[in-house]
Amino acid sequence: MKVFVSRDMASVALGANDVARAFAEAGCDVVRTGSRGLFSIEPLVEVETKEGRIAFGPVGPGDVAAVLDGSHANRLGRIEHLLFFAGQQRFTFGRCGVIDPLSLDDYAAHGGWQGLGTARVMTPQQVVDAVKASGLRGRGGAGFPTGIKWQTVLDAPAGAKFIVCNADEGDSGTFADRMLMEGDPYCLIEGMAIAAHAVGAGHGHIYIRSEYPYCIATMRAAIQASAHLVAPFVLEVREGAGAYVCGEETALLDSIEGKRGQVRAKPPLPALQGLFGQPTVINNVLSLAAVPFIMVEGAEAYAAVGFGRSRGTMPVQLAGNVRHGGLYEIGFGITLGELVNEIGGGTASGRPVRAVQVGGPLGAYFPPSMFHLPFDYEAFAAAGGLIGHAGITVFDESVDMAHMARFAMEFCAAESCGKCTPCRIGSTRGVEIMDRIIGARDASVSVRPEPVEGLSSLADKGKASTGSVGTGEGYLNRALYSRSPDRIDVSIAAQTGLLRDLADTMKYGSLCALGGFTPYPVLSALDYFPEDFGAPAPIKEAAE
Amino acid sequence: MEEFIGAWAVRHGATRDRLLPLLHAIQEEAGYIDDAWVPAIAKALNISRADVHGVITFYHDFRRTPPGRHVVKLCRAESCQARGGAAIETAAAKLLGVAMGETRADGQVALEPVYCLGLCAIGPNALIDGRPVARIDAAALERIALEVAA
Ligand SMILES: Cc1cc2nc3c(=O)[nH]c(=O)nc-3n(C[C@H](O)[C@H](O)[C@H](O)COP(=O)(O)O)c2cc1C
Ligand code: SF4
Ligand code: FES
Repeated sequence: MKVFVSRDMASVALGANDVARAFAEAGCDVVRTGSRGLFSIEPLVEVETKEGRIAFGPVGPGDVAAVLDGSHANRLGRIEHLLFFAGQQRFTFGRCGVIDPLSLDDYAAHGGWQGLGTARVMTPQQVVDAVKASGLRGRGGAGFPTGIKWQTVLDAPAGAKFIVCNADEGDSGTFADRMLMEGDPYCLIEGMAIAAHAVGAGHGHIYIRSEYPYCIATMRAAIQASAHLVAPFVLEVREGAGAYVCGEETALLDSIEGKRGQVRAKPPLPALQGLFGQPTVINNVLSLAAVPFIMVEGAEAYAAVGFGRSRGTMPVQLAGNVRHGGLYEIGFGITLGELVNEIGGGTASGRPVRAVQVGGPLGAYFPPSMFHLPFDYEAFAAAGGLIGHAGITVFDESVDMAHMARFAMEFCAAESCGKCTPCRIGSTRGVEIMDRIIGARDASVSVRPEPVEGLSSLADKGKASTGSVGTGEGYLNRALYSRSPDRIDVSIAAQTGLLRDLADTMKYGSLCALGGFTPYPVLSALDYFPEDFGAPAPIKEAAE
Repeated sequence: MEEFIGAWAVRHGATRDRLLPLLHAIQEEAGYIDDAWVPAIAKALNISRADVHGVITFYHDFRRTPPGRHVVKLCRAESCQARGGAAIETAAAKLLGVAMGETRADGQVALEPVYCLGLCAIGPNALIDGRPVARIDAAALERIALEVAA
C-alpha cells in the first residue's frame, strides 16, 4: 500500500518521521512529500486508494492499523475537499504536499519544466513582457514590479549577469519560502532558469538562512539532480549566518561576497551594479516561483486574479495563536478578518483575538476593528502598515502590547547592521524608553511630581544644557547622568512624547527599512492599544 | 586546523566570497572559530585579518568559544511569543540552569536565542542539537532537560 507523509521541517517537528517509520515497518511504500500546509492536521498521512488519496490526521506512530483499515477517527477524506483547501487558488503551491520534492519524474508529470520550455522558444524580451503583463510584484515585501526589474537587467550591457534568489525569510510568522523550497524545489529552480533566459544571466545564487537546514539540504540535492536541465545556467546555494538584515537585498549581496552584511546606499541599483558589481536580478523565492505558472498559463490568467494593483495570488501564512495555522494561497483582495476568523478559525487558545501583526517584525499591529482591510499592498500602506511577506501573527487578549513594542525595538537593536545612527543607537534608546513606560505603568505612577529637569523633549534638553554651561562640576554631573531616571521626566506622557520623536527620527533618518519601519509596530501598538502604555483606552467603535 | 583551512581553500576556492562557506565549514568541524585561526583564514583567502575578524563578529551564528555539549536554540520571535514563548523561555532557563544566551558553567548545555525557525503556527519552537521540536510545553521541557543531561 502506498502512503504519503510529509518531510517538511514543521511536520517533522510534530513527529512525522516517527509516523513514516511506523508505516514503513508495517510494509507500506512510504512517499515523503512536502507539507499540504495545514498544521492542525499534522502529522498527516494520505493513503492511495481508487478514489484518490484519503487523508488521516493528526495521527501517531501507533495508529498504523486503524489508518490502513480506514477506521481511524481522524479520517479527513480527500484533502482538496476540506474547507481550508477548497477555497485556495494554488498557482504557486499546486504541487507542494502532493509530489516527492526531489523526484524529477513527479515534477515533470505535474507540469514541471513546461514554463521553461515555453520561455526558451520566446525571445528574452517576450519573456520580460509576459512577466510585466502578469502584474507580478515582488513578494519579498516591497512589492516592486518584477517585470520592470528584469527589463533593467536585460537592458544593462555586461559580460556577466546574475540571478540571486532571496531565501533569507527572516520575518516571524512567515514560512512560505521554506515550504516551497522543501516541498517543490524544482519550481524555484525553473523560475530562476526562466529569469536567467530572460535577462541573459549565466549564474544563480540562492541565499538561504541557516535556520533552515532542511531547505538547504533539499535545494542542494535538487540543484544537483536538475543541473542538466537548466544548463548552461549554473546554480549554487549560499548559507546565511543568522543575520536578519541580510534579507535586505544589498546586505545580502555583500554577504555573498564574503563581507559583513551591511546595507549599501542606493543608487547604484543592484539591477545595474549588483553581485560583484554586475547587473543582478534579486528576487524573493515566491516571486521567482510564480513565473513558471505565468509562462504556462499565460500572463492574463495570472493577472485575472487579484485586487487593484495587486495582481495574482499571495501565499498567506497564518501564524501565532491561531487555530488553523498554515499556508493559504489566495488572490489578493480577501479581507484580514476573513483570513483570521473564517480561515484561521480565530485563536488557538479560544480567547478573543486582540491584535494581529501583518508583515513580520517591521509590520504594524492591527486590532479587530481593522479586519475590513483587503489584502492589498496599497490598502495596507494607506492604513499605516504593510503586507510584507504576507505573514499574519495572531495574538489573543493576554498580549501586552507595550511589551511587543519593546520587543520591536529590542529586535531592531539586535539586528541593526550599524550603518546609520537612528537605527543603531535609536533602537537601544527605544528599549530604554519602553522600559520606563512599562515601569511607570506597572508602578501606576502616571505623573512624576517634580522631575529634577523637565526634559520632556529633545528641544528642552538642548536649552537646559546651554543654560548650564560654565557652572563647573554641576554641569559635568548633569551631562554624565543626563540619562539617569532621576534627571529626566519619566512620566508616561513625557516618555510617550519622546518615543514618538524617536520613531520619527528613525523613520526619516534610516537608510533601510529595518530602522525605517520599526516605528510601524511600535506606533501602531501605541495608537491602537494606548491602555497598555498607561494611557486611557480608546473609545470602542460601535461596529465592533 | 591550519591544515584543514588550507585544504578547504584548495578544494572549494580561495576567493573572498568563499569566506562565509569556509567559516561555516570550520564551525562544523570544530564547533567554533578560535581567534588563533584567524591568520590562517586570512592567508588562505588573501584578505586581512581585520576583515576576517569583522565578518566573524558580525554574524550571530559564528562563535569564538567552544559551544556547550548540547545546544538548545529557543525561538524568541513574535509568533512563538503569541503562543506563550516568554513563559517557556523563563521555565527553560530555570530547568536547564542556564540564562538565555549563555553556556552552563559545566559546559553541558547552551541556551541560545533564535529569531524564527519558520514553524510559526506550531510554537513555541526550538532546535535541540539541530532537531526541530514544536509546541513546547512544560512536559516537553522536562523531556528536553533529560535529553541534554545525557
Ligand atoms: C531588513 C530587511 C529584511 C528583508 N528581508 C527579506 C527577506 O527575508 N526575504 C526577501 O525576499 N526580502 C527581504 N527584504 C526585501 C529585499 O530587500 C528586497 O526588496 C527583495 O529581496 C526584492 O525581491 P522581490 O522584488 O522579489 O520582493 C528585506 C528588506 C529589509 C529592509
Ligand atoms: S536602518 Fe539599520 S539596518 Fe538599515 S542600513 Fe541603517 S543601520 Fe543598517
Ligand atoms: S516565530 Fe518562532 S518559529 Fe517563527
